Amino acid sequence: MAFVELEGVTRSIDLPDGGRLDILKGVDLSVEIGDHVSIVGRSGSGKSTLLNLLGLVDTPTSGRLEFDGTPLDKLSGGERDRRRGRDVGFIFQQFNLLPGRTALENVMTPLLYAEGTQFWTRQKLASEMLDRVGLGGRLKSTPDQLSGGEQQRVAIARALVRGPRLILADEPTGALDVETGATVMQLLDAAAEQAGAALITITHDPSVASLARRHYRLDNGVLHRIEATSVQHLAETGATL
Amino acid sequence: MTLERQPETEKASGAETRPSIGARLWASFVGGLAEAWAEIRVHRTQVLLSLIGVGIAVTALTGVVAAGAIATQASTEGYERGGGRPATLYMYAYNVETGESPKKDAMDAAFAAAMERYGITYTSRTSFGGLSVQFPDGVMMIQAMGIDQPYASMHRIGMLEGSWFTARDADRLAPAIVISEETWQRLGSPALSTHPTVQIVLPAGTVDAVVVGITPAMSTDGSYLLAYLLNDDYETFVPPDPIYPQPPNYEAWVPVDISDELMTLIQRDIAGELGSNFQVDVSRQDYLAYVTEDPLLIPKVVVTGIAVLVMVLGALGLLNIALVSVKHRIREIGIRRAFGATAGRVFFSVLMESVVATFVAGLVGVLLAIVLIKNPITEGIIAAGVQDIPGFPIEAALIGLGSATLVGALAGLIPALVAVRVKVIDAIRY
Repeated sequence: MAFVELEGVTRSIDLPDGGRLDILKGVDLSVEIGDHVSIVGRSGSGKSTLLNLLGLVDTPTSGRLEFDGTPLDKLSGGERDRRRGRDVGFIFQQFNLLPGRTALENVMTPLLYAEGTQFWTRQKLASEMLDRVGLGGRLKSTPDQLSGGEQQRVAIARALVRGPRLILADEPTGALDVETGATVMQLLDAAAEQAGAALITITHDPSVASLARRHYRLDNGVLHRIEATSVQHLAETGATL
Repeated sequence: MTLERQPETEKASGAETRPSIGARLWASFVGGLAEAWAEIRVHRTQVLLSLIGVGIAVTALTGVVAAGAIATQASTEGYERGGGRPATLYMYAYNVETGESPKKDAMDAAFAAAMERYGITYTSRTSFGGLSVQFPDGVMMIQAMGIDQPYASMHRIGMLEGSWFTARDADRLAPAIVISEETWQRLGSPALSTHPTVQIVLPAGTVDAVVVGITPAMSTDGSYLLAYLLNDDYETFVPPDPIYPQPPNYEAWVPVDISDELMTLIQRDIAGELGSNFQVDVSRQDYLAYVTEDPLLIPKVVVTGIAVLVMVLGALGLLNIALVSVKHRIREIGIRRAFGATAGRVFFSVLMESVVATFVAGLVGVLLAIVLIKNPITEGIIAAGVQDIPGFPIEAALIGLGSATLVGALAGLIPALVAVRVKVIDAIRY
């Protein structure tokens, strides 16, 4: 059964001049637990908008979006927030760590919105998660004391700490050098696989996209499925999307 | 790099058992406070600066209330020293035809009978006159008061040293005398342990009265020389004025709630004893009978007004900084929303930042007020001569803390509303 399912989803915004901009046009996508999906596309193609819809941050203009079997329009704002916190882990291109907070505090942040044992044992859970991403010795370091790769690992630990069933990575290696980016992607891939979570990676880097099992391309708001060989070819030739 | 082992976090799934509503609310409350506290800690310099005004205002507000309580006590005690403690009844009788007072023995007997009938034990006949005393620098006439033993309790007369009269003093061979601090100083401040005496100068010679106690000074320049004598001694050593003999004041300290009823009964009884030629008046002279409003009201209102103004300015400063802070934290708020913070939770956290900060400022302000008010120097000024110095009033501390928290809530409201309006998408891209 699909964990997230989009059918004919569109997203438009009204422009100040009275016109209308269609960002997504009739997107169909089904993601199951354990999937690893990559979505590639040029800047402005609607990748981030699609990610926001998948993560319950935004709502479609039309079409059907079901999250864990529940139509999005049946979920109140607060329920969407709670489901997002419980089931979705975000990883951003610019890491988006909270400034002034230690790595431990950053990873504890999602657990502040958890309930029960997760909330009351948040420090232990966050500490263990940082240990797993190889930052057990940097618990007290603030973002400005960490390298880009380390910051992204903190961001990964933060995304995973509540045990989400869907991990959404928006250009996870965009701010990293090639070598560090590859290391981070290996870590993310392994983490998602071990957690049994679905991983959706948005990127314009074919080498990152090639790690996924299903591949899509967004062109002017239209989502196309592409073959793994095409992505592999692009990755080998060093082309960009 | 790969993950070393399987994560052990609780897997959130549909099958997961959710905690009870109470447990969720409690976790949410604690989480909100934890977030607020972390935010304050990270931006401590900003927060500290914004809270100085609030802290000062709380100190002023709390200090005014506390100092007011002490000053009110001082004022009350001053009134009670003069007119007696509530309810003190004064009895006065005169002949309706001649205007003369009744004979002292007759009035004493009528007064004693009435007091005994109603079981009133705090009674005194109080007379005023002059007493010639030998000081080291010569003989001087000082103020003398003839009283009965309960007078000190009725008029809240405290002792600087020694003790007030006791029942045994009436049996002394030498009269006992209680003198004021000014009189004692004029005598050369002899130690009470040496059993000092006051030499009373009479036409027929001198009499030594034993000083048993010293009352605190009632004048700042040392001019109020006073001595208390029990009535029997007073009548012996202070002859009545031959031209204008003044009858003593007859007074009784009775419970306030039955004072009106007692006034009627006592008036009727004494009048009955003295006969129909005499008019008897019984009235209350204690401050509660005529002080209808707080004598310190105006200074209290002025200082409280200033404190409220400082508080409002502090709140505006706090609001300003909180608004700027929220504008700078739009991305952070978006990140929190992305990780599951509901709009309500963001509202609560931002509001709590203000409330927690002002509560802490209030706590510091109250502690500062306690230090300022309860130190010996301040107490020496505002509680000079106060017998029962009240402790730091709990209502003052509560008013200080409550107003600080209220200001925090009001100042945090607008930033919290701004924070709630932040759109997650825009905030993440911010």
